[in-house]
Amino acid sequence: MKINIDGHIIEVDPGTTILQAARMIGGPSVPPTMCYYSKLDDCGGKCRCCLVEVTKGSEKDPRPMPKLQPSCVTAVQDGMEVKSATSERALKARRSVSEFLLINHPLDCPVCDQAGECDLQNLAYGNENYKSRFKEQKRTFEPEDIGPYIQLHMNRCILCYRCVKLADQLTQERVHGVICRGDHAQISTYVSRAIDNDFSGNVIDVCPVGALTDKTFRFKSRVWFNKPFNAHRDCPKCSGKVVLWMFGDTIQRVTARKDEYHEVEDFICNECRFEHKENVEDWVIEGPRKFEKFSVINANNYTRPLKKVKIEVDDLTLEGRKQDEKKISMKSSPYDEDELNAINEVKGE
Amino acid sequence: MSIKNISLSGKKVEASRKKMSFLESIYFIAILKGMMITIRHFFKKKITVQYPEQKREFSPVYRGQHVLMRDQEGRERCTACGLCALACPAEAITMTAAERKKGEEHLYREEKYAAVYEINMLRCIFCGLCEDACPKEAIFLTKSQEMVKVGMDRESFIYGKDKLVVN
Repeated sequence: MKINIDGHIIEVDPGTTILQAARMIGGPSVPPTMCYYSKLDDCGGKCRCCLVEVTKGSEKDPRPMPKLQPSCVTAVQDGMEVKSATSERALKARRSVSEFLLINHPLDCPVCDQAGECDLQNLAYGNENYKSRFKEQKRTFEPEDIGPYIQLHMNRCILCYRCVKLADQLTQERVHGVICRGDHAQISTYVSRAIDNDFSGNVIDVCPVGALTDKTFRFKSRVWFNKPFNAHRDCPKCSGKVVLWMFGDTIQRVTARKDEYHEVEDFICNECRFEHKENVEDWVIEGPRKFEKFSVINANNYTRPLKKVKIEVDDLTLEGRKQDEKKISMKSSPYDEDELNAINEVKGE
Repeated sequence: MSIKNISLSGKKVEASRKKMSFLESIYFIAILKGMMITIRHFFKKKITVQYPEQKREFSPVYRGQHVLMRDQEGRERCTACGLCALACPAEAITMTAAERKKGEEHLYREEKYAAVYEINMLRCIFCGLCEDACPKEAIFLTKSQEMVKVGMDRESFIYGKDKLVVN
């Protein structure tokens, strides 16, 4: 099936969504996503951040679709023409959607541990939502304890359902979900049960905002002060491929590796994530992890090996006169007796 | 050219060997010329000030020592978000965050606060980028003309919260 996105033509299999086709092309035509997750089934269509304009339905029915379509759940049809980054209408709608998402978001980025790797921050900056027009009272929830590893901040949640889908598809028994309706809808375990599944820690990585964060890393450090390293260990439960966030020689936290769309490549178990933070020896460090150029995590991190500057003073001055050599007292022309005495005198003090 | 004549610094100047006349050799005119310059300066406006009794007028954009502000209710504004440390070109600022406990609501404004907040005054270049970066309007560079206190050890130049937070 042929599809044209922003003038780029690509051949895809039937059943592919517009978003997946756009990701095959890459570049600026890829719509932003908050709820869609390629590693989870049936995940998407909730946040409306990925709206695109379909200017030609298909070869058989060339009429344009009257409304903007969510690209993550709209299947490609043969001969479809889609405008993503070039459509003024879609960009304006995406901007309004991110403004809607920010209405009930507390905007406590200075406090939030997700700041710096937050998809909602990227979305708001990408859509240029710099000012809030919302003056009314924001929705707030009572803080809830959901176990020793995961910290739930319901105020920050955008109800993307990613964590619910993950718990359904990756773990045996789901104990949390979305309860209540409308404005009162919230992620909760309802009877204050602790989430203690072996793979429950992955909800932290899956969460696009700071609603689910690592309790063991809470307020320890900001993400951009840590140096991320790719590392692995032999784990019987999972792939063991992780990113270690180091500060000096201490492991601040462990996360799964994420791809360019901030989606986890291999889900990791709770043992890898939470229980091997004391010993760096438990891990085999592969090398520094790279991030997008604009990411704040890159600040003051130099991943490229630096060339050592060698100042060849000795060689250059040797070209000069013999008496100058002596004055500078280089290795090749040792100190004379007077100089040695003077040095020893200073050292003796 | 032999190596003896090469000037390593490139500033070598050959001295003049001209013979002086009688008038020149008693140096009277030369001294007079020098004294004229000295005497002329007696009547000029003095450019020195008698510090510390007298203080020079500062530029309106002058930036002095830092303070960490409190809000109207006396709670600390800083939430240890780390943006000042990120913006700091001299990497002078370090901090450690802590979580606010129950009963400390009158001390700290947000649920996170800076347990340790240190500025190394030897590193600080008083550029004011921390002030710009602060999202909570917590850190400010004051107009205070008081300089950083002289010290003999480096530890005395690392200013902690005891010196930075306003009372």
